Amino acid sequence: MSAYEAVIGIECHVELKTETKMFCGCRNEFGGEPNTKVCPVCMALPGSLPVPNRKAIEYMLRAGAAFDAEIPEFSKFDRKNYFYPDMPKNYQISQYDMPLTQGGVVRYWLEDGTMKTCRLTRIHLEEDTGKSTHAGSGDGRIAGSSYSLVDYNRAGVPLMECVSEPELHGADEAVAYLESLRRTLLELGVSDVKMEEGSLRCDANVSVRLVGAAELGTKTEIKNMNSFRSVHRAIESEIERQTTALESGARIVQETRGWDEIHGVTHPMRSKEEAHDYRYFPDPDLVPLEIAAAHVEHLRGALPELPWRRFERYTVQYELGAKQATQLIDNPALARYFDRVVEASGNPQQSTNFVLGELSRLANERGVSVAESAVTPEHVAELIGMVEAKTINSKIAKEVLTRTWDGAGSPRSVVEKEGLAQTSDPAAIEKLVEEVLGANPGVVAEYRSGKVAVAGFLVGQAMKASRGKADPQLVAELVKKRLG
Amino acid sequence: MSVLTERSAAEIARDVNARKLSAREVVDATLAHVDAIDAEVGAYLTPLHDLARATASRVDERVAHGERLPLAGVPLAVKDNMCLVGTRTTCASKILERWSAPYTATAVQRMLDAGCVPIGKTNLDEFAMGSSCENSALGVTRNPFDLTRVPGGSSGGSAAAVAAREATIGLGSDTGGSIREPGAFCNLIGFKPTYGRVSRYGLIAFASSLDQIGPLTRSVEDAALAFDAMGGHDPMDGTSIDRALEPTATALREDLRGLRVGIVREFALDALGPEMAAVYERAYADLKALGATLVDVSLPTAEHGLATYYLIAPAECSSNLARFDGVRYGLRVDGPDVNAMYERTRAAGFGAEVKRRILIGTYALSSGYYDAYYVRAQKARTLIARDFADAFAGCDLIACPATSCPPFAIGAVSDPYSMYLMDYYTIPMSLAGIPALSVPCGWVSEGGTPLPIGLQLAAPHFAEGLLLGAAHAYERATEHASKHTPRAGAPA
Ligand SMILES: [Zn+2]
Repeated sequence: MSAYEAVIGIECHVELKTETKMFCGCRNEFGGEPNTKVCPVCMALPGSLPVPNRKAIEYMLRAGAAFDAEIPEFSKFDRKNYFYPDMPKNYQISQYDMPLTQGGVVRYWLEDGTMKTCRLTRIHLEEDTGKSTHAGSGDGRIAGSSYSLVDYNRAGVPLMECVSEPELHGADEAVAYLESLRRTLLELGVSDVKMEEGSLRCDANVSVRLVGAAELGTKTEIKNMNSFRSVHRAIESEIERQTTALESGARIVQETRGWDEIHGVTHPMRSKEEAHDYRYFPDPDLVPLEIAAAHVEHLRGALPELPWRRFERYTVQYELGAKQATQLIDNPALARYFDRVVEASGNPQQSTNFVLGELSRLANERGVSVAESAVTPEHVAELIGMVEAKTINSKIAKEVLTRTWDGAGSPRSVVEKEGLAQTSDPAAIEKLVEEVLGANPGVVAEYRSGKVAVAGFLVGQAMKASRGKADPQLVAELVKKRLG
Repeated sequence: MSVLTERSAAEIARDVNARKLSAREVVDATLAHVDAIDAEVGAYLTPLHDLARATASRVDERVAHGERLPLAGVPLAVKDNMCLVGTRTTCASKILERWSAPYTATAVQRMLDAGCVPIGKTNLDEFAMGSSCENSALGVTRNPFDLTRVPGGSSGGSAAAVAAREATIGLGSDTGGSIREPGAFCNLIGFKPTYGRVSRYGLIAFASSLDQIGPLTRSVEDAALAFDAMGGHDPMDGTSIDRALEPTATALREDLRGLRVGIVREFALDALGPEMAAVYERAYADLKALGATLVDVSLPTAEHGLATYYLIAPAECSSNLARFDGVRYGLRVDGPDVNAMYERTRAAGFGAEVKRRILIGTYALSSGYYDAYYVRAQKARTLIARDFADAFAGCDLIACPATSCPPFAIGAVSDPYSMYLMDYYTIPMSLAGIPALSVPCGWVSEGGTPLPIGLQLAAPHFAEGLLLGAAHAYERATEHASKHTPRAGAPA
């Protein structure tokens, strides 16, 4: 047990999924030939002016409402001034002291189902930069490169910056936090949140301190993590590096470090001494934003069911396991389907069994999603009803489901057409049992000499004779009774 | 032939619409006049002969098809900090010397839509920073009334062009007085509308919260026609005001009866010397004679206007001009790495005054100085605006000098601070965002040369109709502008 504990804060940049860019009419789409989605505004041609995208502001407010953030009635855009070739104006329109949302909380859960919270510092709106490619410098950085190419397609894409408080303790919590953030933004429909396409990018501020210490340790900022897996690995590696350093009496330097995916370590990138003075000031090209309190109230009331609430409903109300609940939440179409099955059947446990079991297996096998298959939630509920009424057993139910999936009609009609209804007539079953016992005198003798386990074999034989349609419980009872 | 160039925009549009005159005739006459005298005046950085002729022919076609254009065939001079597609747009700076605009500014487009014909792009103080046009990196512009003197600035090229009859309407931009001061120096109406009335889209920014496009004309009626054509909401400019524009050209007045005109207590005329003071005393008396009631008003914080302006405007400009970096367009001077390229490009591309303002602005926004300079300046700006609001509670218009001196000799004002003082009377209105104009109000004589003087009138936000109406009454009654003709460009 280490004497040190980690304290982590996460800073995320999320590209908003608007039709057009933040301050101009260019398409907001990933990819494309370089410099084809540009105009005078996002290229910062002389004389061009920004006009804010109302939809992006709406998306921000929706996210703020979902994270229970404070949404002030007054907000503004500021200019963050620094020179870099991929930033056309050499200032970024961002928000400094009056962001659209303040505070808030991200509720997330760990693999074992424990619900946790991490407070947010703020969420603000800004514009993305272009992308540079530096040639001839070996490490892909601008220093020492012989030339650079810049693609401004991404310049001006609305970017939400979401900063957490340093309240995460370890890589598991950090990744669980990110997953919850991602699920929530997906549910709100405000972003694709794809790390591989750069619509979600995150940096981690990592420090360690002696367990129980009040002060935070010196932090490092970790960059260049391009998947949740690399976030996890990078944080673990950095915690280990800092802990080892402190244990050997060394000091942690406040710096930015880059994650090296191949070697599995972080490397120093630049130290804080080079910190910029960004000379923030209110952007005189943009009038301050006034957000009506009534509108914010409306947004708060119109939120969809958020993933963490859904998780609670599944695990607490429906008593699903954390893994099953997460599996459903991570497939929103399947979760919606599941909810309709539960609604129609009133049986969450059986709904889970069918949706995550046989239906998911079929979807996988046939390459069609459950929601798009011929099996409707009402079909599944009907099937569950027949199992509950012991009209069919669960083995037959799976068979019926396959037939329905393949277009044979509703489960009830399949059962009727094919005579698959379970036999629960005691007289008929008793006759079957007698036949089986008569045909297996040796086994009966074994049972009677004390080897009671052979009863299972006799039950199996009786089930087989019924072609699976007999009520297995009734068969077992009768076998025991006859042998008794 | 050249009598065509004497005509007002109203007259030209009337005759072109009536097909008594073709736009092409007007423009050919204007271009011939430009060719004859602009070497002397230096109003244009880029004359646009071919575009002018093609546009004039297009206007004639439109009129022939039955369109009625409020400014049909009117020759237009465009200050070279406004984009006009396919033409060189330089800001009179080496950094944009060879940059061609791929789009057209909204205000320019609206003037073209109204039937104007662009004669050329005019000189200015580099990036509109200056009060004499002497800060241009690309040429010298002379005052048509005395070629040894400056035309004022920064819209000096447009002012000189209109004064010398090389255009009928000039487009200028006013940040702290850059339309009103050259208007006064060149015997013109120089009109700065309410901030946000005319779109800034396509106007290369100097100080975004102050910049405003407006006309320079030889009559108030022409200024009103130009404003009616170029004003109004533009979705491309986030600071453009979404408010209906009442036509001003049809609401011009012939007297000032019923109006209270505020005379600013703090702007004592004796500071101007006896000759100019007499001109303004006479101007105030004329306002009264036209039926106005003169009232005493106070602008106690206006004296801080200059200091306030020279923090806010440079702060904004330091950020606005960051885009001129050699990466995407304009001048590039290569260097061993990107930072050296930035430094060399900007060192070679910007003139001394532009660099001075970028440095002042960068300093004012720097951490540790921001609160002491930028934030305080914004507070002072609020107080100045409040002073105007208080003053307008007791008057309808304010009258005061437009400038503190007549046009001065080229090279005579060499230190920056003396140059900044040129805008002493115009800056407070810019900070308040209210509409203001200069109208010719008399002449003073220096070395035997009569030099024009301008009266500044200012009105509350959005009261352009009242402002232009009053200026029209004053102009009609006094006829100061027509007392002398320019030395350059006088009718042959
Ligand atoms: Zn664009």
